[in-house]
This record gives sequence, structure tokens and C-alpha cells, in this order.
Amino acid sequence: MASAVLLEGITKRFPGVIANDGVNLDVAEGEIHAICGENGAGKSTLMKILYGMQPADEGRMVVNGEEVVFSSPKEAIDIGIGMVHQHFMLADNLTVLENIILGSEPTMRGGRIDFDEAREHIIEVGKDYGLTVDPDDLVETLEVGERQRVEIIKVLFRGAKILILDEPTAVLVPQEVEELFRNMRELKAEGHTIIFIDHKLDEVLEIADTITVIRAGKTIDTVKPENVTARDLAELMVGSELPTPETRESTVTDHIVIEAIDACADDDTGSRKMRGVTMKVHKGEILGIAGVEGNGQAEFVEALMGMRPLTSGSISLEGVRMKGWGTRRRREAGIGYIPEDRTRRGLLAGFPLWENDMLGHQSMEPFVKNGFWIQPDAAREHTKQVVEQFDVRTPSVDVAAHALSGGNQQKLIVGKEMAADLKVLIAAHPTRGIDVGAQAAVWEELRHARAAGLAVILISADLEELIGLSDRLVVMLRGELVAELDPSEVTPRDLGSYMTGAAVRGGGS
Amino acid sequence: MRRKLFYALAAPLAAVGVAVVISSIVLLFAGANPLDAYQNMWEFGTRLETLIATLNRATPLYLSGVAVAIGFRMNLFNIGVEGQYILAAIVAAKVGAEINLPPVLHVTVIIATAMAVGAFWAGIAGYLKVTRNVHEVISTIMLNAIAVSGVVSYLLGVWDVPDESLDTALPAIPESGWMPPLNNIVELFTQEIKRVELWGFLLVAVAVGVLYHFLINRTRIGFDLRASGENPTAAQVSGTDPKRMIMAAMLLGGAVAGLVGLPELLGDSHAYNLRFTRNLGFNGIAVALLGRNNPIGIAIGAFVIGWLDRASGVLEVRGDAPREIVAIMTGVIILAAVVAYAVVERKRRAEEASAAAAATASAKEEQEAWRAEQKQVGDGEGGGS
Repeated sequence: MASAVLLEGITKRFPGVIANDGVNLDVAEGEIHAICGENGAGKSTLMKILYGMQPADEGRMVVNGEEVVFSSPKEAIDIGIGMVHQHFMLADNLTVLENIILGSEPTMRGGRIDFDEAREHIIEVGKDYGLTVDPDDLVETLEVGERQRVEIIKVLFRGAKILILDEPTAVLVPQEVEELFRNMRELKAEGHTIIFIDHKLDEVLEIADTITVIRAGKTIDTVKPENVTARDLAELMVGSELPTPETRESTVTDHIVIEAIDACADDDTGSRKMRGVTMKVHKGEILGIAGVEGNGQAEFVEALMGMRPLTSGSISLEGVRMKGWGTRRRREAGIGYIPEDRTRRGLLAGFPLWENDMLGHQSMEPFVKNGFWIQPDAAREHTKQVVEQFDVRTPSVDVAAHALSGGNQQKLIVGKEMAADLKVLIAAHPTRGIDVGAQAAVWEELRHARAAGLAVILISADLEELIGLSDRLVVMLRGELVAELDPSEVTPRDLGSYMTGAAVRGGGS
Repeated sequence: MRRKLFYALAAPLAAVGVAVVISSIVLLFAGANPLDAYQNMWEFGTRLETLIATLNRATPLYLSGVAVAIGFRMNLFNIGVEGQYILAAIVAAKVGAEINLPPVLHVTVIIATAMAVGAFWAGIAGYLKVTRNVHEVISTIMLNAIAVSGVVSYLLGVWDVPDESLDTALPAIPESGWMPPLNNIVELFTQEIKRVELWGFLLVAVAVGVLYHFLINRTRIGFDLRASGENPTAAQVSGTDPKRMIMAAMLLGGAVAGLVGLPELLGDSHAYNLRFTRNLGFNGIAVALLGRNNPIGIAIGAFVIGWLDRASGVLEVRGDAPREIVAIMTGVIILAAVVAYAVVERKRRAEEASAAAAATASAKEEQEAWRAEQKQVGDGEGGGS
């Protein structure tokens, strides 16, 4: 079969790092080609080069038999390459139709937009590939899976024959993943070529025709899924065995550290987001909260941290109601928080690491004396220990946080929270967007926390992580805890059913 | 360490360089010889008397710059220093004239009054932002207009003592409420100073600068303030109450703004009158930008702008050029400084990022090597068994 895309010796250097180091990639026409690798392996850079977002320093690209050099994505689009980004690029307050035609509007005479033609075209595309969306829905009302379909249609609408999907499954629950895979197979049947980036190995094995593994900016191997196991792939990816998020023997005690009773709260617009949440976490226990994003987990975390008032019900720490306690008082009382969005909620990007270490502890020793005077030397010393203990790779504690890679930033955040004297640790998506090595380190720290007698509340979209680490699992759906499950019995598939409301089981069993 | 110094100095020096080039072009267009003009300015500007006058101008500019910088540190754009200081000056002048206290106490009361009025006026903008989410730029601009044309005119009308000079003026503060000049101290090191007095409020400005440094960099509230400015969400997650921080920044900035009119009031005019210097609040924004909110940087900025202002008079006297040329120069310096800071900052960031990346990369190599070693050990055992 002819090659749709052929990349040879692609090299891309950034100051201090080589993101791609002579990468070769051969994608046959009409196949689904998976690219696997750890975070930071250079997959995204490679795709950005192919999509014309960044120029390669060296190497050549051949698309449909012709050598090409792109200076912008527009040129890539013109020869039929489309990309669906991991973070959707949709305007929430426009309709599906408007989003799809945005930037390539079909026009009638006089420059007016031909909405009818566009609508017809979209419905046709939808029919051909099983990509069903209502063109007149507002994007803000759509579920994640639907938004993704809009992105795919957008790319097809521009006439793409080669589709690049950047971690398309990262935001989906298992049922939506199956839907996506059905769509991908239909696209393939219609003769499209799909390049997709993923690091969930069972998914890759299920859908891909060919798999290329990239590690540290180099092509390691190109394999066929029928010839390899998930284990083999993992070893190719990391160059050694893949860590797993399993906890060992139980450390759960019957001492209740934090307890919510019938807690309700609203979001900023006043709509009810927590409807009577009742739960408790014991000393030495990890409670996993599963749920599709937007079902009240974020509000629950904010309520625990004192950033969002309860409209009714209560949350108590060691039997003391925390009503009216501000965030600082809760932190001082021993609640630690690893936020879900580190750049937005966890870091002062332009500040040195030691001041970031102080963030959240700025009323406590050793960072301040008498709760007022900052002690830079003591703080630096503390940060040095955190950096050492949690293996944060940095030239010094005086560099600004933005200079660090995502994984190292996350290790710093986890480290600084864990280094404090805690009773409760709230970990929201603690391994989101970091590579396998850093992920394993974070898991290890959560296990340490549990063994040290902390009550840990773990919220994650990574179901394996939830099942592997938790002592107990609850599922949050539309602001309620709808199921309590034993992680040793439940599969990711079952969990997905509870998360989407397809299966129902009473809590508190 | 040397690098750090280079980065700190590169931008302002580049800015002044660019400003000199552009000003020269403007001077040429105005029909003047730039070299002559600069030489005249330098000769006049390096006289002891001009330097004293420069310090007198730089003192209120410095206070104004610090007042603005406190807001800047947490992303609040307090444009209201103008209204805050004028209102504070007139109320302080009235209070100072009405009371009669022993010397040090009298001055202290005047200073406290001015700070309280400034804080109150800025606090209105803070309150509106916290409770009604009114952007501080809008509210402080409005409050400037209300203060300068509304309240001040009204108060002058009510309190005015008509005197024979046709000048609207408030009664003067008695001598116990004056601040003595520092000429004696300066003259220990220099020749006799003629015709000008170095205002004593310079010492207060220095103290404010020191306090500002410690407050911002060495105290929790300063850290909370800076953190809120850098990333409000993260600051909130860390336990900082964003509304309290907004109020704190506005009140602190307003209190310092209240001091801006006092160097002149306590050191020279001793009464509020219509010749009272205006626009110090707006110039403070430029000074804060030039000084990058840094206590020493603001001092340098205040001195540069103060010097240009004082030394420029000679251009007109000697017939080189209209003194407005200095307004152009000041504007160019500020624009060039803002651009140069951005360029230097980007370079510094890139360098830091590559240093961090290098640290990670070398660690990765180590890791790879370790993995390979482990593998060998494993293989060896496998072979042996």
C-alpha cells in the first residue's frame, strides 16, 4: 500500500532539549496508525510539525507521494491534513454549525454565508460516518464526546483525508471511547487515514492497524498489534517495566478523620451541584471518587477547602464542624490539597520554587516566624528537602516555577503538600498530564500518605488509577454519590456504567 | 549573581539609549543642535542647586510611584493617586492650620490625616470592586474627577480665606507643623546651598521605601499580595481571601498616596493654594513602570524623571528648544523601558527554562543508564539460574 505520510529523520531542537531526534514514521494510506510514548517523548511535537504548526530543524516530509514543507497549518489543511487537538478549540456560545464553518464559511454571491448548504453538508458528513450531532445545538450544551465529534466533523468539513487525533480518549469515559472507535472504523472504511496519539495500551491494541513507539524523541519500533502484548508495548515505551498503581495491604483504621453529612452546595451561577453528599474517610484510607467531570466533584473539593459555602449539611474534621472556616484555617488544621489544574490553581509561575513551596503554608513554620515575618533561608532549606525527597529536577530552588516541566511541577506540588503536617489530603487528578515516571512517583507518595495515617480523598479521571489506589470507591453523578464499590471487584467498564448512570446501585453497602 | 545584575541593568540602560537617539532626532527637527542642548542640560543639571531641586521633585514622585506599585503588585491599576493625594493634601493642610501642637506631634498629626484621607478615597474604589465588581480603573478615574473638580473646589469655597494676592488659599500651617529643610546636613559634604532648600520629607520617603520593601518581600501580607497578583486562583486555593487582599492593597496604596502632597506642603508652601503641584499622581504611574515596582528601581525612576523636569528649564532659557521636548523624552524613555523589560524578561525566562531542561535531561540520562544496568543485572541472574 502507498504511504499517506512518510516522515524521515525529523529532528526538532528546543533550547536545552531535543524533542525529536531523527524520527521516522511511515503511515500507509487508509490505516489507523497509533503513536505511543510517554509524556514528553515527543509525540505532540512530531504532530505539530506534520500539521505545520512548527517547522522541523531537519528531515523531510512526504505526503501522498510529494515532498512538502509547511510554514503554517493552513498549508497542511490545503493538502488534506486535519488535526483534532486534545483540548477542544470550540467557541461555547456558537452553535455546532457556526463552529464547524468558522474560518471556512461557504459563501453565496455578495459574501453572505450559505448556512443551508453548510447544514446539508454537515448532515451528510454525519450520515456517512455515523457522526451524529444537531447542527443547531449550542456547543456549551454538548457533552464531551459530542464536542469531540464536532471537532472531527470540523476537520472533515475542510476536506481532510488524513486525520491527526491527539489523545482523543483522554477525556472520554469507556462507553464514549467505543463510540469514537466506531466512528474511526467508519472513517477508515471510507478511505481516510488516521494518525492517533495515545498511551492507553489496550485501546491502542484494539483500534490500531500499526503502532509506532517513540521514546525520548526517537523512533523505537513500529509493530503490528497482533504481534505484541500490552506489556511488550509498555516496555518499549518506558524502556523498562511499567509501574502499576496498586496499593498493598490495607492500613484502614476505624478512626473517622473527615466526614460530610448531607452536604449541599451550588455553583457560581446558583444551580445546585452537590445534592446531599454523605461520606466519611478514615485514618489510613484512600477514598476514590469516580465521576464524569462536571458532576459536582469540583464543587465538593471547593467545599472541603472552604472556598465554597455549603447551602445545607455539614463537613467535619475529627468531629469538629468546619462551618465558617476559611481556606487558611482549614489548611492550618491539616488539610492538604493537590489541585486538579496545577498552572491555574497550584502554582505562581513567575515565582521561585521556594515561594511556591510556601504557597498554602504562608502562615506556618518554618516559612514564617510569628505568622508574619517570612524566613527566606529557612524556606529555601525546606524547599531543598522537598526537591530532594520528591525528586524534582531543577537546577536550584531559586528558578521560577514556569521553567520546570509539567511532571516536575507536579512533583513539587505533591511534595510541598505532603511535606506539611497533614491529617487529610485531597488529591484531584494528581497524575493528569505527567509522564509514566512521575506518575509512578506520585502513586508511591499517595501510598506513603496512606501508610502514614492520612485520610486521602482521590479524585481522578484515570479509572485504573482509582481502582488501583483506592480502598473504597464512590461514584458521583449529578451531585450525588450514587454507588459505593469495592475496588478489588470492579472493572473500569463497570465503573464507567455507574459514572454515566447506565447502572445503578445504592451507596453505603 | 553578575548575570542577575546584568539583567536588572540592561533594560533601563537600553531604554535611556533609545530615548537619547529619538530625542536627538526630535531636537534636530526642532532646529536645535542636540549636542549643544545635552551639554547645556548637563551643565545646568549637575549644579548643586539643580540636584537639590531634583530631589525635591523626586520625593513626591517616589511616594506616588510606591503608591501605584503597591496596586501593581497585585494587578490593581490604581490610577486614582492623583485624586487621593490632592484631597489628602487639602484636608491635611486645613487640619494642620486649625490645630496647634508641639512640633513633632503637629507634623505627625498632619501626616496621619493625609494618610487616612488617601486611604479612605482609595478605599471607596476597593469597596466598589469587592462588593460590586467595579473595575478599579473606571472607579479611580471617576474618583479623580470627583476629588479634583468636585470635592476640592467645594472645600476651597467653604474654607477659603480671601487674601490680597487674588490667590485662593487656605490658611497657613503654623511653624510647629513645618518640616525643617535638610540643607545643614547636605552642606556637611558640599559647599553652601544657595536659594533652595532640600525638603525634609525626603527622609519620610526613604522610610516609606524601606517599609515597602520589607512589607512586600518579607511579610506574609506582602506575599499574599504578590501571590494574588501573580495568580489569584492559586492564591485563593492557598488560603488568601481575594477580597481582603483587594481592600488591603487599595488602602495601603491610598495611604501612601496621601503622602504625595506633603513634601511641598510641609517643606515649602505651608498652605494649600492654587499653585500646588498637580499631576504627580499620573507621573507616579510612569515612575512605577520605570522602576518595575522595585523600591530602588522606583527611586531611580523618580530621580531620572525629576531631573529631566528640573534640568529642562535651561533649554528654553538658552533658546535651544521648547522645554516640551522633555515631555517627549520622558515618554520615549518609558515606552522604551517597557519594551526593553519585556525583551529582557523573555530572554531571562528562556535561559532559565533551558537550564531546567538541562537538569531534567541529565537526570534522564542517569535514569536510562540505571535502567540499562538493572536490566543487565536481571539478565545476568536470568542466565545464571
